[in-house]
Amino acid sequence: MDTGGVALTADVADRVAPAPETIRPGRDDNGTPRWNRPPWFVIVLVSLPVVVLLGGFYVWPLLALIGKAVGVGTIGRTVRAPGLAGVLWFTLWQAAVSTVLTIAVGMIPAYVLARFEFPGRRAVVALVTVPFMLPTVVVGAAFLAVLPGSWQSTARAILIAHVYFNIAVVVRVVGGMWATLPSDLTGAARTLGASPWQVGRYVVLPLLRSSIWSAGLVVFLFTFTSFGVVKILGGAANPTLEVEIARRATQLGDVGGAAVLSMLQLMILAVLVAVSSRQQRRAAMAMRGRARRRHPRRRSERRLVVVTVAVLVAAMVVPLAAMVRRSFDVGDGWSLDGWRRLGGTTTRGLSLGVDVWASAAQSLRYALVAAALATVAGTLAAVAITSSRRAGRALDAGSMLPLGTSAVTIGLGMLIAFGRAPLDWRASWWLIPVGQALVATPFVVRLLVPALRAIPPDQHAAAATLGASPTRARWEIDGRALRRPLLTGAAFAMAISLGEFGATTFLTRTGRETLPIAIGRLLGRPGELARAQGFATATILLVLTVVVLMVVEAGDRA
Amino acid sequence: MNALDVRDVVVRFGERAVLDGWSMEADDGEVVALLGPSGSGKSTVLRVIAGLVQPESGTVVVGGRDVSQLPTHRRHIGMVFQDDQLFPHLDVAGNVAFGLRMGHASRTEQRAAVAEALALVGLAGLERRRTDRLSGGEAKRVALARSLAPRPSVLLLDEPLTGLDRDLHDRLALDLAALLRASAITAIIVTHDPEEASVVADRVVRMA
Repeated sequence: MDTGGVALTADVADRVAPAPETIRPGRDDNGTPRWNRPPWFVIVLVSLPVVVLLGGFYVWPLLALIGKAVGVGTIGRTVRAPGLAGVLWFTLWQAAVSTVLTIAVGMIPAYVLARFEFPGRRAVVALVTVPFMLPTVVVGAAFLAVLPGSWQSTARAILIAHVYFNIAVVVRVVGGMWATLPSDLTGAARTLGASPWQVGRYVVLPLLRSSIWSAGLVVFLFTFTSFGVVKILGGAANPTLEVEIARRATQLGDVGGAAVLSMLQLMILAVLVAVSSRQQRRAAMAMRGRARRRHPRRRSERRLVVVTVAVLVAAMVVPLAAMVRRSFDVGDGWSLDGWRRLGGTTTRGLSLGVDVWASAAQSLRYALVAAALATVAGTLAAVAITSSRRAGRALDAGSMLPLGTSAVTIGLGMLIAFGRAPLDWRASWWLIPVGQALVATPFVVRLLVPALRAIPPDQHAAAATLGASPTRARWEIDGRALRRPLLTGAAFAMAISLGEFGATTFLTRTGRETLPIAIGRLLGRPGELARAQGFATATILLVLTVVVLMVVEAGDRA
Repeated sequence: MNALDVRDVVVRFGERAVLDGWSMEADDGEVVALLGPSGSGKSTVLRVIAGLVQPESGTVVVGGRDVSQLPTHRRHIGMVFQDDQLFPHLDVAGNVAFGLRMGHASRTEQRAAVAEALALVGLAGLERRRTDRLSGGEAKRVALARSLAPRPSVLLLDEPLTGLDRDLHDRLALDLAALLRASAITAIIVTHDPEEASVVADRVVRMA
């Protein structure tokens, strides 16, 4: 999982908040003769799938959502509604506190994993990355299982789960920068009389500042729009904007009000990204140099590494283990009841309304379709992006738009756009995997574009001098270079689809629940048995996700 | 009394003894060149003196004071690194003033010291330049000014002229020799170039 997932985390962070040093020059097309460049209609044809996906299932629903929001009197009524200020405040507060906590907690492991080499380091990095790639409902379920009952429906629970979920971003983004700081640079500061504290304050921190900004922005965006974790841990007591949008649309039937809140959220996100990327540009620093780690030498260093790794491994594993453990607990000691009754929709004459095995099959079907769609659209988009300069840049930026939009907003937009004639596709099964593919495609593009850009242009020139036509050269060289990132991208798209909760909430239909929806339902229900079943279902989803992610790792090793 | 006294230093990296009972000394104001092929441990000698590498045994005495147990930042020993190691987040003045700032010098003192040090290396007026806008030769001079500004008792130079083109190298070697003599500072310079050593140093020590 290391290379694929971890590299992706950083790449997404770069994308959300690009630092100047990460903007790599594209392939230089200057002077390339016309016959070696693909003609314009090929580029149009190749970008068609992603344009259709974006235009039809992102832009159009967003327009429909805006249309709904500006309907007569909706804005005034929604904005004046009592409680909105409280929801807004809590959303911003929990996101800000989660971000600060995640960075504070993440700095020590970021330092240890960036600066020291020790046996098992790569495995620890992979382990820290796992929570980031887990479905949000699984993380929510794990913390519901591990935290004491009195913490249920508290802000504390949400904050802790957010730190767990996002610590990989700090370890990867800040650690990635930290690993490249030459140790002689801090040595130079020390020969100039800087104490260890002064070295940190005046050299290390300023140099890490841009990466801290960039990690902070990513964590803030994720926690600001966090849905699954808040839904499961916050209960009704702590609604965030995202949860409130879903509640209005699906429970109160106030789709117009939900649309207004979605627009409000979009505007806040836009301002945030604009402000933060300016901050980041100001703090940005060109660092050359590659990671150089050393074995811990002094006793204190060895102790720091051992303690950090031990705490980290325990913190990563314990919540998930508690979740598995609780699936065998229906209130009176160990029991298999939670597992035994997963398939039946009725228990002792009581309808549970959820057939978990059917949900698992449904989830897998959706994941395969979504992964296929995202892989095809993403690959073609990546080819178009790297083949053409101006159109490529626009396509690159456009294909990232769904990343900056919350899943709930995407789902709500689709609900509005496709819930009425002439596009009444609400009942069509394929709407869900298409929505999930929309969320997954940016990740596929992000994996493939760097792989394509990394190919030296002269490779194609060499192939051409050996008699390969431009198409043939592309097939031979790009095809080979893409094989591994493609496998990673497909598996990643599957993992995203398996865990997708926010958008699916709006599109799901009774009897066709996906696993995350089933988990949400079961854990929201009273009674120990439903709880145990919820934890058992979350365990199934955990196993499925980990298996898919192991395919990624196998692909990386191959 | 010697300005610098290094006695019986032993440094091992894993099994290999990089320094096995190494000793050297330098008189006040003397410039000593350590000459040897790569891997002979000459850079390690500098790092032991600066306190950046902890030797297994041996002592480092500076101006009669045993600094072996002192951390780097309390030794008051300046060092010019092979690849300059200028702080990229600070401009030229920020880099040169860094050592004075760590010693809590006032702003007026810092400004005066920066101007003086930059004039010394022939870069007067370059205070506000960003470090990534410096040429290779200018960056070397800034690194030198930065190490000299806090007036260290000993200056260490780790292959300071490596990686420059021939012309610039020869010019800087002459400048460096003149500058070290003018400031009468005790200095140890590490190099693999015998000609450079004889131009810059008063005395050459060969390492096998």
